[in-house]
Amino acid sequence: MILTLLMGTIFLTQIMLVVAMAFATFRVLRGPRAQDRVLGLDTLYVTATMLLLTFGIRNGSILYFEAALIIALLGFVSTAALAKFLMRGEVIE
Amino acid sequence: MRRLMRRLLPYPMMTATLLGVWLLLNESVAPGTIILGGVLSVATAATLCVLDLPGGRFRRPQAALSLLGVVLVDILRSNWAVAKIILRPGGGGRVSGFLRIPLDLRAPYGLATLACIVTATPGTVWVAYDRRRNTILLHILDLVDEQEWIDTIKGRYETRLMELFE
Amino acid sequence: MNNHLADLPAWAAIPAALLLLAGAVLTLIGTVGLLRFGSFYQRVHAPTLGSTLGIGCILLASMLVFSVLESRAILHEVLITALMVVTTPITLMLLARAALYRDRSEGSDEVPPPPSGQDARASGTPQSQSGPDGGQAV
Repeated sequence: MILTLLMGTIFLTQIMLVVAMAFATFRVLRGPRAQDRVLGLDTLYVTATMLLLTFGIRNGSILYFEAALIIALLGFVSTAALAKFLMRGEVIE
Repeated sequence: MRRLMRRLLPYPMMTATLLGVWLLLNESVAPGTIILGGVLSVATAATLCVLDLPGGRFRRPQAALSLLGVVLVDILRSNWAVAKIILRPGGGGRVSGFLRIPLDLRAPYGLATLACIVTATPGTVWVAYDRRRNTILLHILDLVDEQEWIDTIKGRYETRLMELFE
Repeated sequence: MNNHLADLPAWAAIPAALLLLAGAVLTLIGTVGLLRFGSFYQRVHAPTLGSTLGIGCILLASMLVFSVLESRAILHEVLITALMVVTTPITLMLLARAALYRDRSEGSDEVPPPPSGQDARASGTPQSQSGPDGGQAV
């Protein structure tokens, strides 16, 4: 009973996170300006990290947590680089 | 001896943090992990000398804990407030805008901490800092009462940060 | 596949489920705001919901489940939390500054002008250090 409840909740959580990712993707595609797209991409990264965490809880595997850590790190670096690019037009100065 | 220590460990806090992260990543405290992590963190901290970081003082861990508590409560409250604003149908009656706040805090690490706190709290984003006049420019989602926001930033965060860093 | 969760007692499973739901609902509300708000500076506020309390709730649920089950140490969650706490404000600040710079260089009247024209370099805003071609419309 408790197990069914928990598995159902995890499934519902994953559905909601996927919908959230779809909204963020819509903002990436729609814009209207470049900073809106980068903001959507950053949201997408954070939500993907959360989705991987829920997969980790569901399957009890440590691999998901390593992947979540890497996605969080790469998301930060790429958003920072893109923001730099928007400001100056070049990434490395 | 002291000079040797200073050359080997220019940033002891940074070295300790790096070693801690290394041990967390490896999830072990085996001697080999500690030795490798120690060598790596000492070397990384030594390369930071090239960057010539500004010096800063950090005192009073209890004050830091009370600041942490205040920030956590504020994050909870403003999450609720921003969620209500988002879900309000129509979205009418809400004024959002920029707000310029004069500061008394000047310590660089204190300003960095304030920027992180302000931005991590939903509803306020740190946009720019004017070094000459020591003012900050924030964007606030629900800008009904400007004075209330100024009192919040200055009263709740700035006084505590000045205790910590100045 | 699911047997590891079957050992979880009810007093841990119910809070974990509630935390997971709370985190997902907050994240969803944040992205709804990302869709609904009219201007960029309003939209910057929306994802903060998910990246502060949302991911915090999910990390807490994960810590609860795995520390009760004792199947592995909870150390990775600590690392992810620390990483999120440090990086989320930095990315949002950088984005807000980039947007301000682009809007100012295009002469938009939505944003306030720089505090003083003659010494914008000292002001910490990137006004005077202009890019190669000012505001490139992308």
